[in-house]
Amino acid sequence: MTTTSKKLETVIVRFAGDSGDGMQLVGDRFTAATAHLGNDLSTLPDFPAEIRAPAGTPGGVSAFQIHFASRDILTPGDHPDTLVAMNPAALKAHLDALEPGGTLIVNEDAFTPANLRKAGYEANPLEDGTVEDYQTFEVPMTTLTTRATDEIENLKPAEAQRTKNLFALGLISWMYGRPGKATISWLEAKFAKRPAIMAANVAAFKAGYNFGDTAEIAATPIEVGPAPLDAGEYRNINGANATAMGLLAASVKSGLQLFFATYPITPASELLHHLARHNRFGVRTVQAEDEIAAVNMALGASFGGKLGVTATSGPGMDLKAETIALAVALELPLVVIDVQRAGPSTGLPTKTEQSDLLMAIHGRHGESPLPVIAASTPSDCFERAVEAVRIAVRYRTPVILLSDTFLTNSSEPWHLPDMANLPEIDPDFATGPNAGDEFLPYLRNEHGARPWAIPGTPGLQHRLGGLEKEHGSGKVSYDAANHALMTKLRAEKLEKLAEELPPLVVDADEGAELLVLGWGSTSGVIGAAARRIRGRGLPIAIAHLRNLEPMPANTGDVVRSFDKVLIPELNTGQLLSLVRDKYLVDAIGHNKVEGLPILAEELEQAILEVIE
Amino acid sequence: MSENGHSHGEGNGATATLTKADFQSGQETRWCPGCGDYAILASVQALMPELGIPPEKTVFISGIGCAGRFVYYMDTYGMHGIHGRAPALATGIATAREDLSVWVVSGDGDSLSIGGNHLIHSLRRNVPIKLLLFNNQIYGLTKGQYSPTSETGKITKSTPFGSEDHPFNPLALALGADASFVARTIDIEKKHLTEVLRRAAEHEGSAFVEIYQNCNVFNDGAFDAVRGKGGADNQIRLEHGQPIRFGADNERGVVRSPKGGLEVVEVADVGEDALVVHDVHVEDSSHATALARLADSPTGPTPIGVFRDVKRDVYGSSRQQELLSAHASATLADLDDLLRSGDTWTV
Ligand SMILES: Cc1ncc(C[n+]2csc(CCOP(=O)(O)OP(=O)(O)O)c2C)c(N)n1
Ligand code: SF4
Ligand SMILES: [Mg+2]
Repeated sequence: MTTTSKKLETVIVRFAGDSGDGMQLVGDRFTAATAHLGNDLSTLPDFPAEIRAPAGTPGGVSAFQIHFASRDILTPGDHPDTLVAMNPAALKAHLDALEPGGTLIVNEDAFTPANLRKAGYEANPLEDGTVEDYQTFEVPMTTLTTRATDEIENLKPAEAQRTKNLFALGLISWMYGRPGKATISWLEAKFAKRPAIMAANVAAFKAGYNFGDTAEIAATPIEVGPAPLDAGEYRNINGANATAMGLLAASVKSGLQLFFATYPITPASELLHHLARHNRFGVRTVQAEDEIAAVNMALGASFGGKLGVTATSGPGMDLKAETIALAVALELPLVVIDVQRAGPSTGLPTKTEQSDLLMAIHGRHGESPLPVIAASTPSDCFERAVEAVRIAVRYRTPVILLSDTFLTNSSEPWHLPDMANLPEIDPDFATGPNAGDEFLPYLRNEHGARPWAIPGTPGLQHRLGGLEKEHGSGKVSYDAANHALMTKLRAEKLEKLAEELPPLVVDADEGAELLVLGWGSTSGVIGAAARRIRGRGLPIAIAHLRNLEPMPANTGDVVRSFDKVLIPELNTGQLLSLVRDKYLVDAIGHNKVEGLPILAEELEQAILEVIE
Repeated sequence: MSENGHSHGEGNGATATLTKADFQSGQETRWCPGCGDYAILASVQALMPELGIPPEKTVFISGIGCAGRFVYYMDTYGMHGIHGRAPALATGIATAREDLSVWVVSGDGDSLSIGGNHLIHSLRRNVPIKLLLFNNQIYGLTKGQYSPTSETGKITKSTPFGSEDHPFNPLALALGADASFVARTIDIEKKHLTEVLRRAAEHEGSAFVEIYQNCNVFNDGAFDAVRGKGGADNQIRLEHGQPIRFGADNERGVVRSPKGGLEVVEVADVGEDALVVHDVHVEDSSHATALARLADSPTGPTPIGVFRDVKRDVYGSSRQQELLSAHASATLADLDDLLRSGDTWTV
C-alpha cells in the first residue's frame, strides 16, 4: 500500500489494444474523469480503417492517447509517459513511442505463442530484453478479470473476458488518482438493461483499481492537479460535436431551419450522427444516395429558404465539386464541411491530413471563387461553423469549412460560449421589388450580394441556373462583356469579405526574425513548439490563419515583416505555395504526411534548424 | 414583361383569376422550330392556372439538355441545375418546403444516364415531386448522340456503325424503383397530355411521366408509329376500370399471356370477356410492369395514359411539419441547456 503520491505537472497516457478490445471506450472514460478533476487535456484517438481488422496483428491495433496537465496544454502530446499494451501487437505497434524509462503496463496473459506469432515477434519481448529499458509491469489482466467476475450469474466466459479493458482502466485510474465513481455510474447507466454485463464491467474496473492499490504497481500514484483555466463552465467536446453545436447555434440565431444532407463517409459521418439526434431544434437530416445528391439537396433547400449544409471527407469532396460551382453561379448560401483525411482516393480513411486546402480554394472548373475557412482546435469548430453560416448568408455564397480527422475525433475542455456573443445572421429575404416595381434577382447590395427571394413570395418569381446571368436582371446572357463583369463581381464578394475580417493576429517576441504561420489543426502544435523555443530563450513569432480564402487583409504585411517564414502543414506544402504565390515571400515548409499530427519535438527541431 | 425578373402585377395569390399568361415568363424560346418541346410547354402553361396553385408557389427544376431550358419559360420560381441532378435539387426543396408544388423537367440522357441514381432514389422515397421525362431517344443539346433510350443498332454521330447498347424501358425502370405514380403521354396529344399531367399533379407522392417528344432535328419520327397521323391505331389508351382495347374500331385488345405477361390479340378471337381490365390502384406493380413491357420501344401497339397510381407514405411532409414547429419554438436558451446537459464542471 502506498500512502504518498508524486505530483506531476503534465502526463501523457496511451492505451493500445486490439480494435475489438474497447480502447476508445477506455480512453473516453478516462478523459471524462480527467475533465472532472479540472485538468486541461487533449486527446488523440487513432484507429484502423477496418472495423475488425485482423485480430492480434499490428495493423488491427487501436489506440487512444490523452495528455492532461495542471497547466494549459495545446496538443495530445508527443510521447506517452505510460503505455498500456493489451497484447503483443499493441506493444509492437506502440513501443517505439515510449521514451526509455517510461512506464509500460502489459496484459501478460495475452503474450501467448500464437499472439506473439500474429504480432510478428520471434521471441517473447517480455523475456528477451526488448522491454528492459522501461519500467515494465506485467499484469495478468485476463486472469484477474476472470477471477473478479466468476461469481456473476448469467455471464458467459467470453463476456467476462471482454471486460478486461475496464480492468486496465481501473488500474490506470488508480495510478493517476482519477476517482472511480463517475466511471461506475456511467457503466450502471449504460448497461442498465443488461445487469450481468454491468456487474462484470464494474467488477473488472474495481479489480483493476484495487490491484493498483494493493500490488504496489507504481512505486507511487501520481497526482496531477487542476489547471488554472479561466473561470466559467466547461465541458469536454470533440470537433464533430462542436461543429454540430455550431450549426445548431447558427440555425437558431438566424431563424433558418437547418437542412443537413450527407452520404456516410469516415470521418465526416460523425456529424450526421450528432445532428440526427436534434429534432428538438427542427434539424432536418437526410442520408442521400450519394454525395452529389447530398449537396444538391442542401442547395435545393437553400433555394427554399433553409440553411443548406452538407459534409463529407476525401472522395466525397471530389463528387460535390460540380454542384459547388453551380452554387457559386446561383449565389445562394450553402455550407460545405470537408473533414479532411489522408488521400488520394480512399487513402488512409481514418488518418488525418490537411491536403484538401488547394482543392477547396481552386478545385472547380471555371473562375469560381468562394470563401474557405478552417477550424484550429476541436472546440473552435463551434465558432467556425457559426462563421461559415454567417458568411454564406451575408454574401449569398457557398462556403467551405475545413476540418480534419484529428479535430473531429480529438477532444478538449471547452469553455461554454455565451450565446449573447453569437454574431448577427440575418437571412434578409427579399420581400418585394427592388428596382421600381421590378424585381431584379442579380442586383447587388453593398457586400456584393444579390437578393435571396424564396419561393412562396408573390411577385418575385425568377429563374436561377448555371447559365451565365446578366448583371442585375438575371436573364440568361451570352454577352462577352457581361461575363467578364460577372466574373469580376463574383470575385469582388471575396474582396469585400476580406475587408471585414479581423486582422491576422501575430504573437511575436521582441527581436523575432522567424514567423511560424499555420492554419487548421496545427495550431496546438505550433503553440507547443513555440513554448519550447521560448523556453530556450529564443525569440519567435507565431500566427494562425482562420480564413484561407480570402486571407485577412494584413496577411501580406505580416509575412513580409519577418526575415523568415516557416509553414508547418500536414501536406506537401499547400499553404506554402499560396503564400509564396500571393505575397512573393520565400517561405519554408515543414511537411508531414504520415496520417498523424506533427509532434511538438519535430516542429521544435524544424524551427531550430531554420533559426540557425 | 422582363425575361427573368418578374414584373407583372396582377394575378398573384388570387388563384381564381389566374390565366395562362401568368405562367409565361416571356423569355424568348430557343428550341428548334418544330421541336416537340413547344407543344409540351404550351400545354403545361395552359394547365397550370387550372391547378389553382399560384405561380409563386410553383417551382420548376431542370437538368441540362434541350428539355432543361423549360424552366426559363415558366413564370414560376425555377432552377436550371446541372446535368442529371434535378431530382436531388427537387428533393431538397420539396422536403424543406412541403407547401410548394415542385416539378422536374428532364431529358432521357439527363434522367436515365447521368442522373439515373437520383431518379430511382427519389421514386423509391416517394418525394412529393412531379418528374416529367421528355424522351426523344437522343441527346439533343449535344447534337445528336444516342441516348439510353435509343434502340440497339442506332446510327448516330457517336455510333456510326450502330450502338451496341440495350435501351432502358423508362416506365419499367420507374416501376422497378417502386414509383407510386407512373404514366406515359405524347407531346402533341394536348388533351391526353393535359389530363395525364393533371392526374400527376393530384397525386400525393412522386409522379413519373414519360412524354414521347419528337426531336425533329436529330431523331425525327422516332415515335411515328404511335404519334400523329397514322399513329392513333397503335395507341393503347389506358383507362381505369375499362377493358384494354384499341385500334381504329377497337378491334384489338390485351389479354394475359400464357408466358406470364400481357399480349395483344384480336378481340374477335378471344371474346370481350377475356380482355384485361385496367386498374391503376392495384398495390402489386406486376400489372403496370406487364403493360410497360408490352412495348419495349414505341414501334407497334403502345400503351399510353396512367399505368399506376397508388398511395404510399410520402417522403418528408409529416416529419417536416413537426420539425418546423420544433424549429419555431427553439431558442438560444434551449441550446444553452443542451450544451450543459452532459458532464460539465465549473472552474
Ligand atoms: C457533367 C456534364 N456532362 C455532360 C454535359 C453535356 N450534356 C449536356 S445535355 C447532355 C445530354 C442531353 O440529352 P437529354 O438529357 O436527352 O436532353 P435533350 O437535349 O435531348 O432534351 C449532355 C451530355 C453536361 N452539361 N454536364
Ligand atoms: S435539338 Fe431536338 S430536342 Fe433539341 S431543341 Fe432541337 S428539335 Fe428540340
Ligand atoms: Mg433526349
